[in-house]
Amino acid sequence: MLSRHADSLYWLARYVERAENTARLLEAATRLSATPILAEGGRNEWEMAVDGTGTLDLFQQQHAEATQRTVVDYLAFSHANPSSIRNCLDIARANARSVRTALTMDMWETINSGWMETRGVNSPNLTRQELSNFLSRVKELSLRFDGSAYRTMLRNDAYYFLRLGTFIERADFTARVLALKADVLDPNRPSIGGSSDYFQWSWILRSVSALTSYHWVYRDNLKPNLVAEFLILKAEMPRSLVSCYENVTLNLDSLSRDYGRQGASQRKARMLLSQLQDTTLPGLFAIGLKEFLERFIIDNANLGNTIAEQYLG
Amino acid sequence: MPAFDEMNGFGQCIRPAYRTIQAWFENSDPENLKRLQKEAEFLFRRIGITFAVYGDAEAEERIIPFDIVPRVLTGREWTSLSKGLTQRVTALNRFLADVYGAGEIIRAGVVPADLVYQNPAFRPEMVGLKLPHDVYVQIAGIDVIRTDDKDFYVLEDNARTPSGVSYMLENRDVQMRLFPDLFAETRIQPVDNYPDELLASLRSVAPISAPAEPTVVLMTPGPLNSAYYEHSFLADKLGVELVEGRDLFVLDEVVYMRTTRGPKRVDVIYRRIDDDFLDPMVFRPDSVLGIPGLISAYRAGNVTLANAVGTGVADDKAIYTYMPDIVRFYLGEEPILKNVPTWRCREPDSLRYVLDHLPELVVKEVQGSGGYGMLVGPKSTKEQIESFRAKLMADPDGFIAQPTLALSTSPTFVGDGIAPRHIDLRPFVLTGADKVRIVPGGLTRVALKEGSLVVNSSQGGGTKDTWIIEDPADDVASPSGLSQSQSQAGS
Repeated sequence: MLSRHADSLYWLARYVERAENTARLLEAATRLSATPILAEGGRNEWEMAVDGTGTLDLFQQQHAEATQRTVVDYLAFSHANPSSIRNCLDIARANARSVRTALTMDMWETINSGWMETRGVNSPNLTRQELSNFLSRVKELSLRFDGSAYRTMLRNDAYYFLRLGTFIERADFTARVLALKADVLDPNRPSIGGSSDYFQWSWILRSVSALTSYHWVYRDNLKPNLVAEFLILKAEMPRSLVSCYENVTLNLDSLSRDYGRQGASQRKARMLLSQLQDTTLPGLFAIGLKEFLERFIIDNANLGNTIAEQYLG
Repeated sequence: MPAFDEMNGFGQCIRPAYRTIQAWFENSDPENLKRLQKEAEFLFRRIGITFAVYGDAEAEERIIPFDIVPRVLTGREWTSLSKGLTQRVTALNRFLADVYGAGEIIRAGVVPADLVYQNPAFRPEMVGLKLPHDVYVQIAGIDVIRTDDKDFYVLEDNARTPSGVSYMLENRDVQMRLFPDLFAETRIQPVDNYPDELLASLRSVAPISAPAEPTVVLMTPGPLNSAYYEHSFLADKLGVELVEGRDLFVLDEVVYMRTTRGPKRVDVIYRRIDDDFLDPMVFRPDSVLGIPGLISAYRAGNVTLANAVGTGVADDKAIYTYMPDIVRFYLGEEPILKNVPTWRCREPDSLRYVLDHLPELVVKEVQGSGGYGMLVGPKSTKEQIESFRAKLMADPDGFIAQPTLALSTSPTFVGDGIAPRHIDLRPFVLTGADKVRIVPGGLTRVALKEGSLVVNSSQGGGTKDTWIIEDPADDVASPSGLSQSQSQAGS
């Protein structure tokens, strides 16, 4: 297929995933803002939501204060934030349009109608109800897009490039949210104790919609080392780094099988996957959780570049 | 006198071609028709949005209204028309090969040299170039009209990048979905093989150096182009890559596309982008849509462009007036399709006549298109006519004039019933190495405003499904005798 089309598919999936992740961050923030507990260091849940997208510097250049109004505007609607939900959906749709022939009708209709439905919503003064509706629609768009790709696309290179985008973006997001809170997950750190810790841990799980599934897997209270294990090493957790990399490797291998040729992307992905699989919980904390995650974020981004060089150039 | 109506002729009786349609619509509950028209709009909007993909407001503007009453021609009428189209397009191709080659028609004094060589659409880059099988215009859209049941007139030849064929295909789709009963009662020639025919034509004119399975691509200016949906629709139906200029590059006079498996050679480019933007090294240097070096690969014979570069010199309004002579010159036959009588204002006698009859004529700029710079005498005020007269006298070479024609009408659903509206027809003519292919039908455009003669979508025009039906058994013996002389039309 055309390199440009593969590039558009890859980024289409990344931006749809990013829009969904941002919507989940905003949902977590909305929820926590309704509870009386305040985070340590004067950071509020809105600022944490911005930090989860890795763009706190940019936000602080544009806004003096992190409030519901400024953060919702910045993360959901602002054109000055390249990764706002609005921009993600605009870019996703532009990419979809330029690869119209590689998408199925269902996928195209999902993107196009979702884009049309949400572009009318714009006020920074939304009520909570309106905001909640908007975020639900964004999540629905992503779920429908994912589902229609799964159910209607031919399993060929177009599908593999799309999936690569999804999982690279998802791995990046999970790693960022964890890195943000790496210090509170460190079991060696003296506990502040009480509800503040619980607040931090549950925020992490909520941001990746993993609070309920944590309880199903561990049948236990929130424990910091288990939260880290769950989101990094548990293959059954679909947002964990291991799970993302199983999928990245799977799709890269399918590509190389179809094309009859392996390359740097396949080697790098397999290496990253086996590193993750060989890691144990004690090992993770021995390296240092923060260092581990920061390393991973860079490796993940490098793999994205390698894929671009090998296929999308 | 009222215009000729495709269903009622001049009012004597129902013409055989329309008998089924007429009975069906007469027996239909108007409320039901209204519902079907709404449903058609809905379907079309969905398909339209699906392909047109402009924003809300724009998408609505861009969807061309669809009329639920089909336009019908009999097999006999079509046979004659398609013979005429084949003849006309064959002559267009011969003319182009000649003006970029030996120039015999000019030396013979049939077409004036300056009309060709001074023509802005004439491309010196094409001189002396030998194209595969001498095909210049692989895809032509010939706009025809008629004013009675005898003759079709060509209004315009479109030999550059004619569009609208996606409407021909979509219209049939929607019509079949909404009116299954009508289709059960009538045998209608299919149009859905158009993409196959197009692909066959394009492959047949691949360069001689191309492999047995040549790689065909469709080249678009990009998603911002107003016909982008048609480009992506066609690429999808053809099963070929939809490329933009940046997807292609030229190395050692061969064109390649950038793919995920590495560079892949391209043999035939069905380009929906104007000459000017094809290659910044030869044409407009500021164009970012094109491919640097494309023309060098083209001239080396390593890639086929469809249509060829420089075909505009054949569909120009000034050349149009010579088309009957062009047909006679190359084919030694009388033209089957007529030209609308045209006065060339560059000739003093004609100019005098035109100046004396401005209020009843349509005067067009030779280089104009899309209805700009045009005078419609009967619809203009005295002041408009006088100011146009001044323009015309200042530059007579720049104008032609034609009588105001009463285009035929076709029954059309207009909200509370069926009423006659003026129509034209654009059949699509494909020329390959082996033969000319014409899918039976075309795009019928209809002026939805009462009395309007302007069928352009930008000015209130709509489209209809176009049916070519089996000849009704009693067609020849029809009491009105209105359908008898079709096959001899024009001779």
